[in-house]
Amino acid sequence: MSITTYELNHLDQLEAEAIHIFREVAAEFERPCLMFSGGKDSIVMLHLAAKAFWPARLPFPVMHVDTGHNFPEVLEFRDKRVEELEARLVVASVQKSIDDGKVVEETGPRASRNRLQTTTLLDAIEEHRFDALFGGARRDEEKARAKERVYSFRDDFGQWDPKNQRPELWNLYNGRIRIGEHIRVFPISNWTELDIWQYIERENVEIPQVYFAHDRQVFSRDGMWLADSEFVTRTEDEKVVTRRVRYRTVGDMSCTGAVESEAATLEQIIEEVSATRITERGATRADDRVSEAAMEDRKKEGYF
Amino acid sequence: MEFLRFATAGSVDDGKSTLIGRLLYDTKSIFQDQMESIEKTSVQMGNDYTNLALLTDGLRAEREQGITIDVAYRYFATPKRKFIIADTPGHIQYTRNMVTGASTADVALVLVDARHGVVEQSRRHAFLASLLRIPHLVVCVNKMDLIDYDEKAFNEVKEEFRNFAMKLEIPDLTFIPVSALHGDNVVERSSNMPWYEGSPLLHHLEEVHIASDRNHIDARFPVQYVIRPQSDEHHDYRGYAGTVAGGVFKPGDEVMVLPSGFTSTVASIDSYDGPVAEAFGPMAVTIRLTDDIDISRGDMICRPNNQPVSSQDIQAMVCWMSENADLTPRMKLALKHTTRSSRVMITDLHYRIDVNTLHREENPSSLQLNEIGRISLRSTQPLFFDEYRRNRNTGSFILIDEATNATVAAGIIVGSGT
Repeated sequence: MSITTYELNHLDQLEAEAIHIFREVAAEFERPCLMFSGGKDSIVMLHLAAKAFWPARLPFPVMHVDTGHNFPEVLEFRDKRVEELEARLVVASVQKSIDDGKVVEETGPRASRNRLQTTTLLDAIEEHRFDALFGGARRDEEKARAKERVYSFRDDFGQWDPKNQRPELWNLYNGRIRIGEHIRVFPISNWTELDIWQYIERENVEIPQVYFAHDRQVFSRDGMWLADSEFVTRTEDEKVVTRRVRYRTVGDMSCTGAVESEAATLEQIIEEVSATRITERGATRADDRVSEAAMEDRKKEGYF
Repeated sequence: MEFLRFATAGSVDDGKSTLIGRLLYDTKSIFQDQMESIEKTSVQMGNDYTNLALLTDGLRAEREQGITIDVAYRYFATPKRKFIIADTPGHIQYTRNMVTGASTADVALVLVDARHGVVEQSRRHAFLASLLRIPHLVVCVNKMDLIDYDEKAFNEVKEEFRNFAMKLEIPDLTFIPVSALHGDNVVERSSNMPWYEGSPLLHHLEEVHIASDRNHIDARFPVQYVIRPQSDEHHDYRGYAGTVAGGVFKPGDEVMVLPSGFTSTVASIDSYDGPVAEAFGPMAVTIRLTDDIDISRGDMICRPNNQPVSSQDIQAMVCWMSENADLTPRMKLALKHTTRSSRVMITDLHYRIDVNTLHREENPSSLQLNEIGRISLRSTQPLFFDEYRRNRNTGSFILIDEATNATVAAGIIVGSGT
């Protein structure tokens, strides 16, 4: 940042925009909540939220929708970070939704709890009466997200209606809702994957080790390396091998793929991300491969 | 690196998608899996060529109907700048989408088909850009390949556009002859038009000077959120969090708080990373004052000798965005301006403006969807504002329908009074 020229660099501008959004929601909503998955985007979100309200603690709780298929390193990291920030953690468990008979577990080699999370999430929103949920979605991730507003309005069923979005002008956000409705808020909408990494490096933000190159037991499915774990059923052809990999996104172990990589430091990751020719969701997300509009369809059902 | 936000609008036919596709493709911002996906879909849809519009038209209905529904945001970077493109469609919802996309833009990109010259849409586009005071307007005269890269034809379009633009306030107007299809003057300088001495489009976007476009003169700080930690460590801490909306704030500055009119001094400007020596737009900071005065969200911190206008009666241009109800005099609405919310009544509808001819139709009975007009409104409580032309942050507002909660208008403040 150069004080004399009154110019902010791109990371400062993105940060200021996100902080503005966090504060606006905290000021206008009764019961906001920050969605935290343990992934790099939600880690950056938590960091930005801490900045927005410093020296006060976060004026809202942090919620993790736990599919039960997490990377153990990521759960450990979550608990540590929440404790450091003295934040309140709410865990919404997909396993509990299954046990309560609200959803039915998929079976077979491609079973995933990805779709089930939506029910768990919507139930948690209702239980805690959350009226605004912060999410770490970015517009560069996916084409349905490229059209979603910063304040994404959801009806009583948590559904997104892409044809009926409120125009979003200047930095004036319309946060008016009726009882039972809520909004999803995306403060880092305008960040790209590279911005996230540059920011993590600049701010010295700690991230789980799975993002750095490491040796892992993996098997190949649909051109992606999936981790061999108790949560996935392999077919006979899917042989386990050891590869040097890292994760570009971190989600449910059953559908998040690793990429082969030697990038063991932030500097090397930034170099790798700058040169990559494949989008992060394209490289690592089985859940987006269902159809051209897989993300849009899930969002209409109430997914993030 | 610095950001540049630019807005484009128009229909598929004028080559807008091709131009954006070309910018992304030539700056290596389209990823392999995205390209494969749109190639596959193009074949499925029976297109003869890879339809770059599919890059932005991702929604089911858009793909099925071959239209663009909404503003799409695209991102790319060069070693010099990071770019955000607000790409807005050209059909029915044109005005509403263009206004949305343009509200935060530094540069507006207008495409003109070299064969057809300045058409209705180009005029509408230029008018909206000037209304929203986008500081820089770039006219890309496209499809130069179809008129043999003719300098004379380019100059004619330029002349025609300039004549129209004379009636508008456009501080910086640039013309670039391009062929989006072949890439002439988009990223690379064209060897087909040696007579053109200006920059190719991307070079222009990298170099255009935007640092002076923000208001760094009139100190304006709308209080957004009051930070009171209520912890043992920061027992008496009381900070006013917000985003600087104009001017510069420094510790030691004498300030005035509206509406109370109390004066105080900036004790410190705080951030998570430590004290801030100078805060300017669009920094998000926390200001502490030396005196304990009652300040809450919606209040405005400014300088005693440079205050915004404080009034309940406001003159504004509005773009009406509701398809359910028309704007009519006596109508009551909710308003959001900076961090302040209020209720307002439309006291007068002075004229409606024809965006194609700039003709003013006096005393219309209503404004319909996508129409622009001049209104007077009265607010239940005073607003602290500047003219939009002086400060986009303190001169803009939105109107909200209290029954549906929909955002129904974008407002640009022209002045105070009835």
